[in-house]
Amino acid sequence: MNREILNQAVEEIRKQVPALGRTVYGKPLVYLDNAATAQKPQSVLDRVHQMNAGVNGNVHRAVHRLSEETTLWYEEARDAVKDLIGAAERAEVIFTSGTTAAINTVAYAWSSRFLKAGDVVLVSQAEHHSNIVPWQLACERAGATLRVLPVDESGQWRMDLLPQLLDERVRMVAVSHISNVLGLVNPIQEMIRQAHAVGACVLIDGAQGIVHGQVDVQALDCDFYVFSGHKLYAETGTGILYGKRRWLEAMPPFLGGGDMVDTVTFEKTTYAPLPLKFEAGTGNFIGAASLAPAIAFARSLTTPTLEENQQEIIQYLNEELRRIEGLQIYGEGPNKIPLFSFSVAGCNHGDIATLLDKLGIAVRSGLMCCEPLISSFGHTGLVRASFAPYNTLAEAEALVQGLHRVVRMLR
Amino acid sequence: MEKSIQVLEREVVEEFALFPEWMDKYEYLIEIGKSLPMIQEGNKTEENLIKGCQSRVWLHCQMEDGRLQFSADSDAIITKGIIALLIRVYNNRRPDEILSSDFGFIREIGLQENLTPTRANGLVSMIDRIRAYATQNQ
Repeated sequence: MNREILNQAVEEIRKQVPALGRTVYGKPLVYLDNAATAQKPQSVLDRVHQMNAGVNGNVHRAVHRLSEETTLWYEEARDAVKDLIGAAERAEVIFTSGTTAAINTVAYAWSSRFLKAGDVVLVSQAEHHSNIVPWQLACERAGATLRVLPVDESGQWRMDLLPQLLDERVRMVAVSHISNVLGLVNPIQEMIRQAHAVGACVLIDGAQGIVHGQVDVQALDCDFYVFSGHKLYAETGTGILYGKRRWLEAMPPFLGGGDMVDTVTFEKTTYAPLPLKFEAGTGNFIGAASLAPAIAFARSLTTPTLEENQQEIIQYLNEELRRIEGLQIYGEGPNKIPLFSFSVAGCNHGDIATLLDKLGIAVRSGLMCCEPLISSFGHTGLVRASFAPYNTLAEAEALVQGLHRVVRMLR
Repeated sequence: MEKSIQVLEREVVEEFALFPEWMDKYEYLIEIGKSLPMIQEGNKTEENLIKGCQSRVWLHCQMEDGRLQFSADSDAIITKGIIALLIRVYNNRRPDEILSSDFGFIREIGLQENLTPTRANGLVSMIDRIRAYATQNQ
Protein backbone atom coordinates (compact mmCIF):
# COMPACT_ATOMS: atom_id res chain seq x y z
CA MET A 1 0.00 0.00 0.00
CA ASN A 2 1.36 3.44 -0.68
CA ARG A 3 2.43 5.68 2.15
CA GLU A 4 -0.29 8.25 1.56
CA ILE A 5 -3.05 5.71 2.08
CA LEU A 6 -1.38 4.46 5.25
CA ASN A 7 -0.92 7.99 6.59
CA GLN A 8 -4.51 8.82 5.86
CA ALA A 9 -5.77 5.75 7.71
CA VAL A 10 -3.71 6.69 10.77
CA GLU A 11 -4.89 10.30 10.61
CA GLU A 12 -8.51 9.14 10.66
CA ILE A 13 -7.79 7.31 13.91
CA ARG A 14 -5.82 10.19 15.41
CA LYS A 15 -8.77 12.52 14.94
CA GLN A 16 -10.67 10.40 17.45
CA VAL A 17 -8.01 10.80 20.17
CA PRO A 18 -7.92 14.39 21.46
CA ALA A 19 -4.71 14.11 23.54
CA LEU A 20 -2.68 13.32 20.43
CA GLY A 21 -3.41 16.79 19.11
CA ARG A 22 -1.80 18.66 21.99
CA THR A 23 1.58 20.32 22.10
CA VAL A 24 4.31 20.16 24.76
CA TYR A 25 6.86 22.97 25.13
CA GLY A 26 5.34 24.47 22.01
CA LYS A 27 6.05 21.34 19.95
CA PRO A 28 3.60 18.77 18.64
CA LEU A 29 3.36 15.84 21.06
CA VAL A 30 4.96 12.62 19.85
CA TYR A 31 3.52 10.12 22.29
CA LEU A 32 5.63 6.96 22.42
CA ASP A 33 4.85 5.70 25.92
CA ASN A 34 1.83 3.63 24.99
CA ALA A 35 3.06 0.57 26.85
CA ALA A 36 2.71 2.62 30.05
CA THR A 37 -0.73 3.98 29.24
CA ALA A 38 -2.63 4.61 26.03
CA GLN A 39 -4.39 7.83 25.06
CA LYS A 40 -8.16 7.62 25.05
CA PRO A 41 -10.56 8.11 22.18
CA GLN A 42 -13.45 10.58 22.40
CA SER A 43 -15.93 7.70 22.73
CA VAL A 44 -14.28 6.66 26.02
CA LEU A 45 -14.14 10.23 27.31
CA ASP A 46 -17.81 10.66 26.40
CA ARG A 47 -18.83 7.49 28.20
CA VAL A 48 -17.02 8.55 31.37
CA HIS A 49 -18.55 12.01 31.23
CA GLN A 50 -22.00 10.66 30.48
CA MET A 51 -21.76 8.28 33.45
CA ASN A 52 -20.61 11.00 35.83
CA ALA A 53 -23.03 13.59 34.56
CA GLY A 54 -26.19 11.58 34.59
CA VAL A 55 -25.96 7.89 35.46
CA ASN A 56 -24.10 7.96 38.74
CA GLY A 57 -25.96 5.38 40.82
CA ASN A 58 -24.06 2.70 42.68
CA VAL A 59 -23.85 -0.52 40.74
CA HIS A 60 -25.83 -3.64 41.74
CA ARG A 61 -27.24 -1.96 44.85
CA ALA A 62 -30.50 -0.16 44.50
CA VAL A 63 -33.73 -0.55 42.58
CA HIS A 64 -33.79 3.07 41.50
CA ARG A 65 -33.34 4.09 37.92
CA LEU A 66 -29.78 5.46 38.20
CA SER A 67 -28.43 2.34 39.85
CA GLU A 68 -30.18 0.23 37.25
CA GLU A 69 -28.67 2.19 34.37
CA THR A 70 -25.19 1.96 35.90
CA THR A 71 -25.63 -1.79 36.28
CA LEU A 72 -26.65 -2.09 32.63
CA TRP A 73 -23.55 -0.22 31.43
CA TYR A 74 -21.34 -2.19 33.80
CA GLU A 75 -22.64 -5.54 32.67
CA GLU A 76 -22.58 -4.49 29.03
CA ALA A 77 -18.85 -3.87 29.51
CA ARG A 78 -18.48 -7.35 30.96
CA ASP A 79 -20.07 -8.76 27.82
CA ALA A 80 -17.70 -6.72 25.66
CA VAL A 81 -14.71 -8.16 27.54
CA LYS A 82 -16.10 -11.68 27.32
CA ASP A 83 -16.41 -11.33 23.54
CA LEU A 84 -12.97 -9.74 23.23
CA ILE A 85 -11.14 -12.62 24.91
CA GLY A 86 -13.52 -15.41 23.94
CA ALA A 87 -14.39 -16.44 27.49
CA ALA A 88 -16.91 -19.26 27.79
CA GLU A 89 -19.20 -17.24 30.05
CA ARG A 90 -19.51 -13.79 31.56
CA ALA A 91 -19.14 -15.20 35.09
CA GLU A 92 -15.47 -15.82 34.29
CA VAL A 93 -14.82 -12.12 33.68
CA ILE A 94 -14.02 -10.27 36.91
CA PHE A 95 -13.51 -6.54 37.16
CA THR A 96 -10.46 -5.41 39.14
CA SER A 97 -8.58 -2.14 39.47
CA GLY A 98 -5.88 -3.31 37.05
CA THR A 99 -3.43 -6.06 36.15
CA THR A 100 -1.66 -5.78 39.50
CA ALA A 101 -4.86 -6.28 41.48
CA ALA A 102 -5.83 -9.20 39.25
CA ILE A 103 -2.50 -10.98 39.75
CA ASN A 104 -2.60 -10.34 43.48
CA THR A 105 -6.10 -11.80 43.65
CA VAL A 106 -4.89 -15.05 42.10
CA ALA A 107 -1.58 -15.07 43.97
CA TYR A 108 -3.47 -14.72 47.23
CA ALA A 109 -6.72 -16.59 46.77
CA TRP A 110 -5.58 -19.39 44.47
CA SER A 111 -2.35 -19.92 46.38
CA SER A 112 -4.08 -20.06 49.76
CA ARG A 113 -5.89 -23.15 48.56
CA PHE A 114 -3.58 -24.73 46.00
CA LEU A 115 0.01 -23.75 46.80
CA LYS A 116 1.65 -25.93 49.43
CA ALA A 117 5.02 -26.22 51.11
CA GLY A 118 7.59 -27.63 48.70
CA ASP A 119 5.62 -26.53 45.63
CA VAL A 120 7.12 -24.32 42.93
CA VAL A 121 5.91 -21.22 41.08
CA LEU A 122 7.61 -20.67 37.74
CA VAL A 123 7.98 -17.15 36.32
CA SER A 124 10.13 -15.88 33.46
CA GLN A 125 13.16 -13.66 33.87
CA ALA A 126 11.41 -10.93 31.90
CA GLU A 127 8.39 -10.51 34.18
CA HIS A 128 7.11 -7.17 35.40
CA HIS A 129 7.48 -6.67 39.16
CA SER A 130 3.69 -7.14 39.35
CA ASN A 131 4.13 -10.71 38.20
CA ILE A 132 7.07 -11.42 40.51
CA VAL A 133 6.38 -9.84 43.90
CA PRO A 134 2.85 -11.24 44.47
CA TRP A 135 4.28 -14.73 43.83
CA GLN A 136 7.20 -14.13 46.17
CA LEU A 137 4.69 -13.21 48.86
CA ALA A 138 2.58 -16.27 48.05
CA CYS A 139 5.65 -18.53 48.16
CA GLU A 140 6.65 -17.09 51.52
CA ARG A 141 3.21 -17.78 52.94
CA ALA A 142 3.07 -21.30 51.56
CA GLY A 143 6.69 -22.31 52.01
CA ALA A 144 6.96 -22.71 48.25
CA THR A 145 9.80 -21.74 45.91
CA LEU A 146 9.99 -19.28 43.06
CA ARG A 147 11.78 -20.63 39.99
CA VAL A 148 12.88 -18.55 37.02
CA LEU A 149 12.84 -19.38 33.31
CA PRO A 150 15.73 -17.42 31.75
CA VAL A 151 15.65 -15.54 28.46
CA ASP A 152 18.45 -15.75 25.89
CA GLU A 153 20.52 -12.82 24.62
CA SER A 154 17.85 -11.74 22.17
CA GLY A 155 15.20 -11.85 24.89
CA GLN A 156 13.45 -15.07 23.83
CA TRP A 157 12.34 -17.56 26.48
CA ARG A 158 14.78 -20.46 26.87
CA MET A 159 12.14 -23.05 25.99
CA ASP A 160 14.94 -25.62 25.69
CA LEU A 161 15.31 -25.45 29.48
CA LEU A 162 11.66 -26.26 30.19
CA PRO A 163 12.22 -30.00 30.57
CA GLN A 164 14.52 -29.22 33.52
CA LEU A 165 12.45 -26.41 35.00
CA LEU A 166 8.96 -27.77 34.56
CA ASP A 167 8.45 -30.74 36.84
CA GLU A 168 5.60 -32.09 38.93
CA ARG A 169 6.43 -29.72 41.78
CA VAL A 170 5.48 -26.71 39.65
CA ARG A 171 1.90 -25.81 40.54
CA MET A 172 1.71 -22.40 38.88
CA VAL A 173 3.34 -20.91 35.80
CA ALA A 174 2.92 -17.10 35.78
CA VAL A 175 4.29 -15.50 32.63
CA SER A 176 3.68 -12.53 30.38
CA HIS A 177 2.13 -12.75 26.93
CA ILE A 178 4.43 -9.91 25.82
CA SER A 179 7.18 -8.42 28.01
CA ASN A 180 6.85 -4.67 28.58
CA VAL A 181 10.61 -4.31 28.07
CA LEU A 182 11.37 -6.74 25.25
CA GLY A 183 8.25 -6.39 23.13
CA LEU A 184 8.34 -10.01 21.99
CA VAL A 185 5.22 -12.15 21.69
CA ASN A 186 6.04 -15.14 23.86
CA PRO A 187 5.20 -18.75 22.92
CA ILE A 188 2.44 -18.94 25.52
CA GLN A 189 0.46 -21.59 23.67
CA GLU A 190 3.39 -24.00 23.89
CA MET A 191 4.06 -22.98 27.50
CA ILE A 192 0.45 -23.65 28.49
CA ARG A 193 0.52 -27.06 26.82
CA GLN A 194 3.70 -28.12 28.60
CA ALA A 195 2.60 -26.69 31.95
CA HIS A 196 -0.70 -28.54 31.78
CA ALA A 197 1.17 -31.72 30.94
CA VAL A 198 2.73 -31.64 34.42
CA GLY A 199 -0.53 -30.54 36.02
CA ALA A 200 0.46 -26.90 36.58
CA CYS A 201 -1.94 -24.00 36.43
CA VAL A 202 -1.10 -21.09 34.08
CA LEU A 203 -1.62 -17.36 34.56
CA ILE A 204 -0.89 -15.12 31.58
CA ASP A 205 -0.07 -11.49 32.27
CA GLY A 206 -1.72 -9.92 29.26
CA ALA A 207 -1.11 -6.24 30.12
CA GLN A 208 0.76 -5.77 26.83
CA GLY A 209 -0.54 -8.87 25.04
CA ILE A 210 -4.19 -7.82 24.94
CA VAL A 211 -3.22 -4.64 23.10
CA HIS A 212 -1.23 -6.33 20.35
CA GLY A 213 -3.17 -9.11 18.71
CA GLN A 214 -6.15 -11.35 19.20
CA VAL A 215 -6.58 -13.31 22.39
CA ASP A 216 -8.81 -16.37 22.66
CA VAL A 217 -8.60 -17.72 26.19
CA GLN A 218 -10.44 -20.92 25.29
CA ALA A 219 -8.14 -21.71 22.37
CA LEU A 220 -5.13 -20.87 24.53
CA ASP A 221 -6.61 -22.95 27.35
CA CYS A 222 -4.92 -20.71 29.93
CA ASP A 223 -6.32 -20.85 33.45
CA PHE A 224 -6.08 -17.12 34.09
CA TYR A 225 -5.55 -14.16 31.76
CA VAL A 226 -5.21 -10.68 33.26
CA PHE A 227 -4.92 -7.18 31.85
CA SER A 228 -5.53 -3.48 32.50
CA GLY A 229 -8.08 -1.21 30.89
CA HIS A 230 -5.93 1.89 30.66
CA LYS A 231 -3.44 0.35 28.24
CA LEU A 232 -6.40 -0.66 26.09
CA TYR A 233 -7.74 2.90 25.71
CA ALA A 234 -10.18 2.62 28.66
CA GLU A 235 -10.34 4.63 31.85
CA THR A 236 -7.54 4.22 34.40
CA GLY A 237 -8.26 2.06 37.43
CA THR A 238 -9.90 -0.74 35.49
CA GLY A 239 -8.66 -4.25 34.96
CA ILE A 240 -9.75 -7.74 34.13
CA LEU A 241 -9.21 -11.06 35.78
CA TYR A 242 -10.31 -13.86 33.51
CA GLY A 243 -10.31 -17.26 35.17
CA LYS A 244 -11.71 -20.66 34.34
CA ARG A 245 -14.89 -21.25 36.31
CA ARG A 246 -13.58 -24.35 38.07
CA TRP A 247 -10.64 -22.41 39.52
CA LEU A 248 -12.70 -19.38 40.46
CA GLU A 249 -15.28 -21.61 42.14
CA ALA A 250 -12.60 -23.46 44.09
CA MET A 251 -10.73 -20.34 45.22
CA PRO A 252 -11.75 -18.59 48.44
CA PRO A 253 -12.60 -14.89 48.06
CA PHE A 254 -9.70 -12.40 48.15
CA LEU A 255 -11.31 -9.28 49.62
CA GLY A 256 -14.39 -9.41 51.81
CA GLY A 257 -17.03 -6.71 51.71
CA GLY A 258 -20.21 -5.56 50.08
CA ASP A 259 -21.52 -7.03 46.82
CA MET A 260 -19.54 -10.26 47.22
CA VAL A 261 -21.84 -11.92 49.71
CA ASP A 262 -24.99 -13.98 49.64
CA THR A 263 -26.04 -13.89 53.28
CA VAL A 264 -24.09 -12.53 56.21
CA THR A 265 -24.51 -13.52 59.84
CA PHE A 266 -21.93 -13.18 62.56
CA GLU A 267 -21.62 -16.93 62.58
CA LYS A 268 -21.22 -17.59 58.88
CA THR A 269 -21.26 -15.79 55.57
CA THR A 270 -22.04 -17.33 52.23
CA TYR A 271 -20.68 -15.77 49.10
CA ALA A 272 -22.27 -14.39 46.00
CA PRO A 273 -21.94 -16.41 42.81
CA LEU A 274 -19.31 -15.53 40.22
CA PRO A 275 -18.23 -13.00 39.19
CA LEU A 276 -19.37 -10.94 42.20
CA LYS A 277 -17.57 -13.22 44.66
CA PHE A 278 -14.36 -11.44 43.63
CA GLU A 279 -15.80 -7.92 43.33
CA ALA A 280 -15.99 -6.78 46.95
CA GLY A 281 -16.85 -3.16 47.63
CA THR A 282 -17.94 -0.51 45.19
CA GLY A 283 -15.97 -1.14 42.04
CA ASN A 284 -14.87 1.50 39.59
CA PHE A 285 -18.20 1.24 37.78
CA ILE A 286 -17.65 4.36 35.72
CA GLY A 287 -14.25 3.22 34.55
CA ALA A 288 -15.55 -0.27 33.88
CA ALA A 289 -18.33 1.14 31.72
CA SER A 290 -15.67 2.78 29.54
CA LEU A 291 -14.34 -0.66 28.60
CA ALA A 292 -17.11 -1.18 26.05
CA PRO A 293 -16.28 1.85 23.85
CA ALA A 294 -12.56 1.22 24.46
CA ILE A 295 -12.83 -2.32 23.16
CA ALA A 296 -14.84 -1.13 20.17
CA PHE A 297 -12.06 1.38 19.47
CA ALA A 298 -9.33 -1.26 19.90
CA ARG A 299 -11.14 -3.50 17.45
CA SER A 300 -11.37 -0.69 14.90
CA LEU A 301 -7.55 -0.56 14.98
CA THR A 302 -7.05 -4.12 13.73
CA THR A 303 -7.36 -3.28 10.02
CA PRO A 304 -4.80 -4.57 7.49
CA THR A 305 -3.90 -0.97 6.66
CA LEU A 306 -3.03 -0.03 10.23
CA GLU A 307 -1.25 -3.36 10.69
CA GLU A 308 0.88 -2.64 7.63
CA ASN A 309 1.69 0.81 8.99
CA GLN A 310 2.89 -0.73 12.25
CA GLN A 311 5.01 -3.30 10.41
CA GLU A 312 6.66 -0.46 8.49
CA ILE A 313 7.40 1.33 11.74
CA ILE A 314 8.99 -1.83 13.17
CA GLN A 315 11.10 -2.29 10.06
CA TYR A 316 12.10 1.37 9.97
CA LEU A 317 13.18 1.40 13.62
CA ASN A 318 14.98 -1.92 13.30
CA GLU A 319 17.13 -0.36 10.59
CA GLU A 320 17.46 3.24 11.72
CA LEU A 321 17.98 2.84 15.47
CA ARG A 322 21.03 0.67 14.76
CA ARG A 323 22.64 3.48 12.80
CA ILE A 324 23.04 5.39 16.07
CA GLU A 325 26.49 4.61 17.32
CA GLY A 326 26.55 2.55 20.50
CA LEU A 327 22.81 1.88 20.47
CA GLN A 328 21.77 -1.59 21.51
CA ILE A 329 18.24 -2.95 21.23
CA TYR A 330 16.96 -5.45 23.81
CA GLY A 331 14.38 -7.87 22.50
CA GLU A 332 14.86 -9.14 18.97
CA GLY A 333 13.05 -11.59 16.77
CA PRO A 334 10.33 -12.02 14.19
CA ASN A 335 7.72 -11.88 16.97
CA LYS A 336 8.41 -8.20 17.71
CA ILE A 337 5.71 -5.63 18.43
CA PRO A 338 6.42 -1.90 17.86
CA LEU A 339 8.12 -1.54 21.24
CA PHE A 340 11.84 -0.82 21.40
CA SER A 341 13.93 -0.74 24.56
CA PHE A 342 17.53 0.26 24.11
CA SER A 343 20.70 1.59 25.67
CA VAL A 344 23.15 4.04 24.09
CA ALA A 345 26.78 3.68 25.12
CA GLY A 346 28.04 6.75 26.97
CA CYS A 347 24.56 8.22 27.48
CA ASN A 348 22.37 7.92 30.56
CA HIS A 349 18.82 6.69 29.89
CA GLY A 350 17.27 9.43 32.02
CA ASP A 351 19.23 12.13 30.19
CA ILE A 352 18.07 10.82 26.82
CA ALA A 353 14.43 10.79 27.92
CA THR A 354 14.67 14.26 29.50
CA LEU A 355 16.05 15.78 26.32
CA LEU A 356 13.65 13.94 24.00
CA ASP A 357 10.84 15.30 26.18
CA LYS A 358 11.99 18.84 25.41
CA LEU A 359 11.59 17.98 21.73
CA GLY A 360 8.02 16.93 22.42
CA ILE A 361 8.80 13.20 22.34
CA ALA A 362 7.45 11.17 25.27
CA VAL A 363 9.38 7.96 25.96
CA ARG A 364 9.93 5.90 29.09
CA SER A 365 13.26 5.52 30.84
CA GLY A 366 14.51 3.59 33.84
CA LEU A 367 13.92 0.09 35.12
CA MET A 368 10.35 -0.12 33.83
CA CYS A 369 9.37 -2.30 36.79
CA CYS A 370 11.65 -5.04 35.42
CA GLU A 371 14.71 -4.65 37.60
CA PRO A 372 15.86 -8.32 37.47
CA LEU A 373 15.82 -8.35 33.66
CA ILE A 374 17.46 -4.95 33.14
CA SER A 375 20.09 -5.65 35.81
CA SER A 376 20.94 -8.87 34.00
CA PHE A 377 21.73 -6.74 30.94
CA GLY A 378 24.17 -4.80 33.15
CA HIS A 379 22.15 -1.57 33.10
CA THR A 380 20.52 0.71 35.67
CA GLY A 381 17.85 1.56 33.13
CA LEU A 382 16.90 1.60 29.46
CA VAL A 383 15.01 3.94 27.16
CA ARG A 384 11.77 2.57 25.73
CA ALA A 385 9.71 3.83 22.81
CA SER A 386 6.38 2.03 22.52
CA PHE A 387 3.98 2.62 19.65
CA ALA A 388 0.22 2.29 19.27
CA PRO A 389 -1.68 1.88 15.99
CA TYR A 390 -2.39 5.65 16.09
CA ASN A 391 1.33 6.49 15.81
CA THR A 392 2.67 7.57 12.44
CA LEU A 393 5.83 6.66 10.58
CA ALA A 394 6.67 10.38 10.78
CA GLU A 395 6.70 10.06 14.57
CA ALA A 396 9.15 7.16 14.33
CA GLU A 397 11.31 9.40 12.13
CA ALA A 398 11.04 12.21 14.69
CA LEU A 399 12.26 9.79 17.34
CA VAL A 400 15.29 8.78 15.29
CA GLN A 401 16.17 12.38 14.43
CA GLY A 402 15.67 13.41 18.04
CA LEU A 403 17.93 10.60 19.22
CA HIS A 404 20.71 11.64 16.85
CA ARG A 405 20.49 15.14 18.24
CA VAL A 406 20.40 14.30 21.95
CA VAL A 407 23.16 11.70 21.68
CA ARG A 408 25.38 14.36 20.11
CA MET A 409 24.56 16.69 22.99
CA LEU A 410 25.27 14.09 25.66
CA ARG A 411 28.60 12.85 24.37
CA MET B 1 34.78 41.69 47.36
CA GLU B 2 33.09 38.29 47.49
CA LYS B 3 29.72 38.16 45.80
CA SER B 4 26.78 37.25 48.00
CA ILE B 5 24.78 34.07 47.38
CA GLN B 6 21.91 36.26 46.24
CA VAL B 7 24.08 37.91 43.57
CA LEU B 8 25.27 34.53 42.32
CA GLU B 9 21.70 33.25 42.19
CA ARG B 10 20.74 36.32 40.14
CA GLU B 11 23.63 35.69 37.75
CA VAL B 12 22.52 32.13 37.12
CA VAL B 13 18.95 33.24 36.47
CA GLU B 14 20.18 35.84 33.97
CA GLU B 15 22.43 33.36 32.19
CA PHE B 16 19.60 30.91 31.68
CA ALA B 17 17.31 33.69 30.48
CA LEU B 18 19.68 34.08 27.51
CA PHE B 19 18.39 30.75 26.18
CA PRO B 20 14.73 30.95 25.26
CA GLU B 21 14.75 27.40 23.84
CA TRP B 22 14.57 24.45 26.19
CA MET B 23 17.16 22.48 24.28
CA ASP B 24 19.62 25.37 24.60
CA LYS B 25 19.02 25.63 28.35
CA TYR B 26 19.81 21.95 28.67
CA GLU B 27 22.81 22.21 26.39
CA TYR B 28 24.14 24.85 28.77
CA LEU B 29 23.29 22.70 31.79
CA ILE B 30 25.24 19.78 30.27
CA GLU B 31 28.22 22.08 29.72
CA ILE B 32 28.09 23.17 33.36
CA GLY B 33 27.87 19.52 34.38
CA LYS B 34 31.20 18.87 32.74
CA SER B 35 32.83 21.52 34.98
CA LEU B 36 31.56 19.90 38.17
CA PRO B 37 34.11 19.69 41.03
CA MET B 38 34.54 15.95 40.88
CA ILE B 39 34.16 13.94 44.01
CA GLN B 40 37.09 11.70 44.92
CA GLU B 41 36.31 8.05 44.21
CA GLY B 42 36.79 7.30 47.91
CA ASN B 43 33.98 9.69 48.78
CA LYS B 44 31.46 7.90 46.60
CA THR B 45 30.11 6.21 49.70
CA GLU B 46 26.69 4.90 50.51
CA GLU B 47 26.43 7.77 52.98
CA ASN B 48 27.06 10.38 50.29
CA LEU B 49 24.60 8.79 47.87
CA ILE B 50 21.47 10.91 47.68
CA LYS B 51 18.28 8.92 48.06
CA GLY B 52 15.27 9.79 45.99
CA CYS B 53 17.08 10.02 42.67
CA GLN B 54 16.59 7.54 39.89
CA SER B 55 20.06 8.33 38.62
CA ARG B 56 22.85 7.84 41.13
CA VAL B 57 24.23 11.06 42.59
CA TRP B 58 26.82 11.48 45.31
CA LEU B 59 27.36 14.74 47.20
CA HIS B 60 30.32 15.06 49.54
CA CYS B 61 30.75 17.94 51.96
CA GLN B 62 33.49 19.00 54.34
CA MET B 63 34.10 22.06 56.50
CA GLU B 64 37.22 24.11 55.88
CA ASP B 65 37.79 27.31 57.84
CA GLY B 66 34.12 27.59 58.68
CA ARG B 67 33.05 27.14 55.08
CA LEU B 68 31.36 24.20 53.37
CA GLN B 69 33.23 22.60 50.47
CA PHE B 70 31.16 20.45 48.12
CA SER B 71 32.11 17.89 45.51
CA ALA B 72 29.75 15.59 43.62
CA ASP B 73 29.20 13.18 40.77
CA SER B 74 26.34 11.46 38.99
CA ASP B 75 25.95 8.86 36.27
CA ALA B 76 23.50 11.20 34.51
CA ILE B 77 24.94 14.32 32.92
CA ILE B 78 21.83 16.48 33.40
CA THR B 79 21.81 15.62 37.09
CA LYS B 80 25.47 16.56 37.14
CA GLY B 81 24.61 19.92 35.61
CA ILE B 82 21.99 20.62 38.23
CA ILE B 83 24.24 19.70 41.13
CA ALA B 84 27.08 21.71 39.58
CA LEU B 85 24.78 24.69 39.45
CA LEU B 86 23.94 24.29 43.12
CA ILE B 87 27.61 23.90 44.01
CA ARG B 88 28.55 26.97 42.02
CA VAL B 89 26.18 29.05 44.14
CA TYR B 90 26.59 27.40 47.54
CA ASN B 91 30.21 26.23 47.55
CA ASN B 92 32.72 27.79 49.93
CA ARG B 93 30.01 29.46 52.01
CA ARG B 94 29.30 29.68 55.71
CA PRO B 95 26.37 27.51 56.86
CA ASP B 96 24.30 30.56 57.86
CA GLU B 97 24.68 32.05 54.39
CA ILE B 98 23.40 28.85 52.81
CA LEU B 99 20.48 28.67 55.20
CA SER B 100 19.54 32.26 54.34
CA SER B 101 18.81 31.23 50.75
CA ASP B 102 15.35 30.01 49.77
CA PHE B 103 16.75 28.14 46.73
CA GLY B 104 14.03 29.89 44.74
CA PHE B 105 16.34 30.72 41.84
CA ILE B 106 15.96 27.14 40.60
CA ARG B 107 12.29 27.85 40.03
CA GLU B 108 13.15 31.05 38.23
CA ILE B 109 15.46 29.43 35.69
CA GLY B 110 12.61 27.16 34.74
CA LEU B 111 13.81 23.92 36.26
CA GLN B 112 10.72 23.79 38.45
CA GLU B 113 9.55 20.76 36.50
CA ASN B 114 12.39 19.02 38.27
CA LEU B 115 11.04 20.00 41.67
CA THR B 116 8.30 17.43 41.96
CA PRO B 117 9.48 14.79 44.42
CA THR B 118 9.25 11.87 42.04
CA ARG B 119 11.35 13.34 39.24
CA ALA B 120 14.29 11.24 38.25
CA ASN B 121 17.02 13.75 39.00
CA GLY B 122 15.89 14.32 42.56
CA LEU B 123 16.58 18.04 42.75
CA VAL B 124 14.58 18.30 45.94
CA SER B 125 16.73 15.65 47.59
CA MET B 126 19.90 17.50 46.56
CA ILE B 127 18.67 20.76 48.04
CA ASP B 128 17.61 18.96 51.21
CA ARG B 129 21.08 17.44 51.49
CA ILE B 130 22.83 20.80 51.09
CA ARG B 131 20.56 22.33 53.75
CA ALA B 132 21.17 19.36 56.04
CA TYR B 133 24.95 19.76 55.73
CA ALA B 134 24.58 23.48 56.52
CA THR B 135 22.37 22.79 59.53
CA GLN B 136 24.70 20.11 60.92
CA ASN B 137 27.70 22.40 60.67
CA GLN B 138 26.09 25.54 62.03
